Amino acid sequence: MKLLVPIKRVPDPATTIQVRPDGTGIVTDNIKWVINPFDEIAIEEALRIKERLGSGEVVLVTIGEKSWQEQLRTGLAMGADRAILVVNDKPLDTLAIARVLAKVVADEKPDLVIMGKQAIDDDSNQVGQMLAELLGWPQATFASKVEISDSVCTVVREVDGGLETVQFPLPAVITTDLRLNEPRYASLPGIMKARKKEIKEIPVENLGLDLAPKLKIKALKAPPKRQAGRKVSSVQELVHLLHTEAKVI
Amino acid sequence: MGDVLVFAEQKNGHLPKTTLIALGAGLELARRQGGRCIAATAGKQVDVAADTLANYGVSEVLALEHPALEHYVADAYAQALAAVATERGVETILASSTAVGKDLMPRLAARLGAAMASDVIEFEEDGTFVRPMYAGNALATVELTGVPKVITVRTTAFEPAAASQSKAPVSKLTPKLDEKVLKMRFVKFEETKSERPQLTEAQIVVSGGRGLRSAENFKTVLEPLVDELGAAMGASRAAVDAGFVPNDLQVGQTGKVVAPALYIAVGISGAIQHLAGMKDSKVIVAINKDEEAPIFNVADYGLVADLFKAVPEMVEEIRKLKRS
Repeated sequence: MKLLVPIKRVPDPATTIQVRPDGTGIVTDNIKWVINPFDEIAIEEALRIKERLGSGEVVLVTIGEKSWQEQLRTGLAMGADRAILVVNDKPLDTLAIARVLAKVVADEKPDLVIMGKQAIDDDSNQVGQMLAELLGWPQATFASKVEISDSVCTVVREVDGGLETVQFPLPAVITTDLRLNEPRYASLPGIMKARKKEIKEIPVENLGLDLAPKLKIKALKAPPKRQAGRKVSSVQELVHLLHTEAKVI
Repeated sequence: MGDVLVFAEQKNGHLPKTTLIALGAGLELARRQGGRCIAATAGKQVDVAADTLANYGVSEVLALEHPALEHYVADAYAQALAAVATERGVETILASSTAVGKDLMPRLAARLGAAMASDVIEFEEDGTFVRPMYAGNALATVELTGVPKVITVRTTAFEPAAASQSKAPVSKLTPKLDEKVLKMRFVKFEETKSERPQLTEAQIVVSGGRGLRSAENFKTVLEPLVDELGAAMGASRAAVDAGFVPNDLQVGQTGKVVAPALYIAVGISGAIQHLAGMKDSKVIVAINKDEEAPIFNVADYGLVADLFKAVPEMVEEIRKLKRS
């Protein structure tokens, strides 16, 4: 089975994000860049599926600048077999990203695409669903359990108020939720091996796609700051204030 | 032109509050765009939901009925909704950012070749939308070009539609679906059984964090406070990761976004990603033994205390208050 895992480079989730004073973006000095945490879960799941089946190939793909190689290397060190870097330095919206991925899927012909449910930078939560539609494939977002047997895929999804189970034939697109698995760390031998693994670069222009963005970010601003209130000294005082001052209980 | 199509989620004929919020947002956007607000609901049979929807000030209700729509599945629903959106020539298609809205709307957008903005919190005069990014640490003003446009709205940012005097006409439609390409099958839904209000609908939310230390303590320490207040229970990602509670209780960037009248954070440090899910609550209370915890920076009332003492005491105090 061939598994394709699209990944994105994002600021480390522990980073405090600051909006640039001119509103054109965020301050990127001293930011540590990492694989989007949900994509790490996707890599882990792809590796586990391959391990369970005893054979297969896990291919990573990302769309970004040449420096994004670093995150691909990390994924290769976790155990992925090879990687594709679609080189692009222009802003792309979610639909354009999905179109690029659909082209990569057409070339690579994976049985399953598995990716994070959302990137923690733009928080859009769109690309997996869009890709599934462009391919005419089934989709299972927010997956917390994935089972595959005889090309039939059963996925448990984290939805409002409970868990939903859906079933469909492969090929398909799955997006990962938090509790699907705990991603492994790259081992030292893994890191050594990753250096020799292939990262194929494809200039985005070579794909011949219409990628003109239909979503433009006009400006970013910092959200209004919430004022810290006051400290209370006892539970009695707290309950009293909630009742008489805030009038919420 | 200017019409807004609201996808109105229904559950067994019932309209959840999140659907009324989508209608509220849809009506506001239609006013701004100078168009009509049309509500579309879907299922195998949706008479009851469609009839209820007609009371909420929309211009028209579309009842999409088809056996393939009995349960929500993305491929069939995207087909059905795309067909009616195209046929009606609407400018914007809108849904709430619920699990279904998040799953469906991007697929619909791709089917229509449309741009999409998720989690919109504000409509601007010039037709742009405001939406949070980076766990709410930045607010982006985004412009969508082309027609139609697709958006989901954050349910904490808009008011639910109010029932109106007049009743909108209901049109029953059987969407033409290309069933050969429908491959998804709904198997089952296991509801998290709870007598408590839904997180996204509750007036009061009490959330626990890693400070609770165990699933057991969620039950014995936190739940009495939750129930004394008639609140919904939430949790931080750390508590979910540690396996104390199921993920559907998670409040934060990657969980639910809530804005109740009162939010009580117990044993929660206040990581960026948690704050993203609750900082728009009207009144925030934090109980934490670490006085440096960042949660105190957003709390209206902070109590530095051992939660294992403070929470049972609080239950007692509230009981006293109720008796008085």
